[in-house]
Amino acid sequence: MEITVEVNGQSHTADVEPRTLLVYFIRDAVGLTGTNIGCDTSSCGACTLHLNGEAVKSCTMLAVQADGQQVTTIEGLANGDELHPMQQAFMNCHALQCGYCTPGMVMASVSLLDEIPSPSEAEVREGLEGNLCRCTGYHNIVKAVLEAAGGAQ
Amino acid sequence: MIPVAFDYVRAGSAEEALAALAEHGDEAKLLAGGHSLLPMMKLRLAYPSVIVDIGRLSDLSYVNDAGDHLAIGALTRHRDVETNDLVNEHAPLLAQATAHVGDPQVRHRGTIGGSLAHADAAADHPSVFLAMDASAVVKGPNGERVITGADLFGGFLESTLDPTEMITEIRVPKQTGQGWNFQKFNRRAQDWAIVGCSVQQTNGSAQVALVNMHPTPVRAAAVEAALASGANAADAAEQAPEGLEPSSDLNASVEYRQHLARVLTRRALNEAGIA
Repeated sequence: MEITVEVNGQSHTADVEPRTLLVYFIRDAVGLTGTNIGCDTSSCGACTLHLNGEAVKSCTMLAVQADGQQVTTIEGLANGDELHPMQQAFMNCHALQCGYCTPGMVMASVSLLDEIPSPSEAEVREGLEGNLCRCTGYHNIVKAVLEAAGGAQ
Repeated sequence: MIPVAFDYVRAGSAEEALAALAEHGDEAKLLAGGHSLLPMMKLRLAYPSVIVDIGRLSDLSYVNDAGDHLAIGALTRHRDVETNDLVNEHAPLLAQATAHVGDPQVRHRGTIGGSLAHADAAADHPSVFLAMDASAVVKGPNGERVITGADLFGGFLESTLDPTEMITEIRVPKQTGQGWNFQKFNRRAQDWAIVGCSVQQTNGSAQVALVNMHPTPVRAAAVEAALASGANAADAAEQAPEGLEPSSDLNASVEYRQHLARVLTRRALNEAGIA
């Protein structure tokens, strides 16, 4: 089935099997490998990207469901060489260790601040419950999200 | 993990979806948000040969004030239910429980109708549906029917819907100003409940439903009977596992689930204002 998805502002058309998962379409057909596949069971959040501006887990969506929709991946956040404020905050706060969960964490965090612009620490922790960091680097991740929200010291 | 190959039909209306179901019968499955169906298909526990995608039927995504009840479109996503003002005002139990479903990403995609049609006794929504005595409006080849409360659930992961039917609307009686509470116990963030409990007070009587305490979503009939005959919350909650057959799995033994049911029921009753 032929689908057309707008990924990071660019239109991509490809012929996919209906059973193709969105994350494979993004990685293999579009060629953007920043979106990671972690648990593949909608638990870990490594594959989080934005569908029409909202964080979703791309391992639990079919590519055909995204036909005609807008997708933003981690590659689409920065403005040229200028990092997105959330990416900058992750850098400032050393909010990554091995980095595997980071693209999903950043995408989930941006979506979180869209819905709750000035979250409390508890709201950040709850808002990121769909993303696992196996380095257990949560403390600095939460600090980064609070910094990006303008609430950090 | 990749699902077994299937044919994909994108429905442009509820009528088109029903026509596809009528054509393919047992072989077809409706795809709403996909957050129950796709994981099962990826594990190959489900392998429908036809997928009928109803995810774009935006006319089935709404929350309306319908007088004595709220009318919620079956394709209303969890996030939209959780944050809806009418739901928070008239059905706060539903709002609170919905905020516990999965995680934000899951709530952006999953739908209330899909969750109920999946009929998972370990899911949060069926217990709210039972405690609030809600109804599902179901459309099929022979027209429309309304299924209320426990009549929606047939067996383990089985609703009483015919394969040619679909839920189009959920009707939730307004419970403005009544006591209510939802309790959920799990070991990890975003997990299914090991046990959960929904309590809804309605004009002096309490309706209590349990999560993951039986092969089907279930009302705690013994607790309700004890309360009706004058028992206090602590004594009534002791009856929570009565007549139920919880499973034993990696998370919990039968005995532990029975213990949790008593504790969570007592807490939910107390939080709902029942001493």
